Amino acid sequence: MKMTGAELTMRLLERQGITTIAGIPGGANLPLYDALRASSIRHVLARHEQGAGFIAQGMARATGGAAVCFGTSGPGATNLLTAIADAKLDSIPIVIVTGQVPQAMIGTDAFQEIDTYGLTVPITKHNFLVRSAAELLAVIPDAFRIATSGRPGPVVVDIPKDVQNASIEIAVYPAPGRADPSPAPRDEDVARAAAIINAAERPVFLVGAGVIASGACDSLRRIAEHAAIPVAATLLGLGALPHDHPLFLGMVGMHAARCTNLVLEECDLLVGLGIRFDDRATGKAAEFCPNAKIVHVDIDPSELGKIKRPTLGMMADVGATLRALEPVVARKHRTEWTEHVAMLRTEHPLVMPGADDPLDPYGIIRHTAALLPDDAIVTTDVGQHQMWAAQAYPFTRPRQWLTSGGLGTMGFGLPAAIGAALAMPERTVVCFSGDGSLLMNIQELATAAEEGVTVKVVLLNNAHLGLVRQQQELFYGGRYHASRFHTEPDFVAIARGFGVRAWDLGGAADPVATLGHALTEPGPSLVNVPIDSAANVYPMVPPGGANRDMIGGERHALTA
Amino acid sequence: MPSLPEAVLRLHVRNHPGVMSHVCGLFARRAFNVEGIVCLPVGDATQSAILLLVHDDERLEQLVHQLRKLEDVLDIERTTDGREVFVAVERYLQ
Repeated sequence: MKMTGAELTMRLLERQGITTIAGIPGGANLPLYDALRASSIRHVLARHEQGAGFIAQGMARATGGAAVCFGTSGPGATNLLTAIADAKLDSIPIVIVTGQVPQAMIGTDAFQEIDTYGLTVPITKHNFLVRSAAELLAVIPDAFRIATSGRPGPVVVDIPKDVQNASIEIAVYPAPGRADPSPAPRDEDVARAAAIINAAERPVFLVGAGVIASGACDSLRRIAEHAAIPVAATLLGLGALPHDHPLFLGMVGMHAARCTNLVLEECDLLVGLGIRFDDRATGKAAEFCPNAKIVHVDIDPSELGKIKRPTLGMMADVGATLRALEPVVARKHRTEWTEHVAMLRTEHPLVMPGADDPLDPYGIIRHTAALLPDDAIVTTDVGQHQMWAAQAYPFTRPRQWLTSGGLGTMGFGLPAAIGAALAMPERTVVCFSGDGSLLMNIQELATAAEEGVTVKVVLLNNAHLGLVRQQQELFYGGRYHASRFHTEPDFVAIARGFGVRAWDLGGAADPVATLGHALTEPGPSLVNVPIDSAANVYPMVPPGGANRDMIGGERHALTA
Repeated sequence: MPSLPEAVLRLHVRNHPGVMSHVCGLFARRAFNVEGIVCLPVGDATQSAILLLVHDDERLEQLVHQLRKLEDVLDIERTTDGREVFVAVERYLQ
């Protein structure tokens, strides 16, 4: 078979099972687009390369499989960087294929030339600059193998234009790249972990993205129930257990319910599963779980001992580890601990003032959840609305909740929602956003309208960078600066201008009915929800503080 | 030469133009100093050997873990005899 490097790239992507690619064409990747036109792969034209990167992330986060985006050289590549870095910090498998100037022009400061390889070294799991069409035979499968193996992550494949145009003769295609087998736990570690868990009087599971990535949620639930061990989650671990499971404690850390942080304060064993002890989860790391032994299971050996020195560190797949532990962890009732946890939950619950009012932050999230089917997918941007959603949305399953955790990227929510909706067109995808965040990738409303995806933007609009305003109030003596938008865009008019149906709950006679209408319409829509700009997310652990030192969110504040 | 405790790491890596960026960039962005580097192709030049002279402090273990994760790093070992290479290079440079 004779073909060009660009055609070979498309064949190899098809053979990887890729059916949708988000991207933007430009001078240096036009041969790829010429080959894409003749491919079975559907192309989704984003309006900014960062949008294309987050659309790919949305597909990958919703399905667990690798997804692909395209960008051209120079600004195409630099625009992708934020989405790539975000995928690195949250361990999301995406393959980014960029065009590059012809090899003869590399190093000459050619038009739209940038060192994509050099720029992406620190923000990828691995990256390639392809130097011949023949190299594609190894590089493309390898990119998928690397992106999906072990701890997943982004892989950049930078292809110079002359390599795309080069002619190559191929006898057989290489096998598609697949994830390497996950490392199994060592028998002696399983026995030791079981002994530590069985001896613990006040154990807690803390679950993160690794539990969801390894498909370990069923096993987690069985072992937690069997041994009466309460389960807290990191931001990215939400959905690992249903919100209403009696053992589920909710999110830990900076905006946790008081009871959740207090349970971790008092535990004598923390079993960390697929977590990396992020500072937003642990607070001051030295004072996190001060009385606890730590068993830490992670597929990435560099996470073991990076922040907290574990009593036992296990470099293994979390799912395989939990399945190995199931038969050897003793059945227990742990009555004293269970009752104590129940008391803490009664005394220090998550307080959600305004949960009945659809124009209140908690209220809009609860009402939206009540109006959506259980299979709906939730994305967010970053800020107060993200934390309110993390606290208040009743998650029932893994991969229901797609949010930017590690990098904390405003602008994530809308394109990620488009990606999730492209991957799962039968579902409704709701994007909780803020007015600050939405503006950072609002051009993707055009993509949503063009694709007709079922994406519902619920915009918590306080005309502020709310979490910045909150920190200025609490930690900078109320000296507000640069956190208020003095010009307030008409988001309803803007959405309509993009061809997206839009409603304003502020003026609605029956806001809940209007919300329900917007959420059940086919295709994309936007709901503007004016909220109190003075509303804060509570509780809050001051940055750098210990998790026990929470501000606000006391139960008595409700009754006072 | 500094008086802090030192270690010499010997890395086997794939020999291509980007591999030094990966190795040196890792040290730089994790704020870990490299005191000396020697790198040469070995065998049929599809691989290179890199000797790194580094501080032997409590963060070195984490750095070695991170180095092992690099796709182009095939093997890492702490050497006991690599120190003399840097002594010889130092003589040459001074």
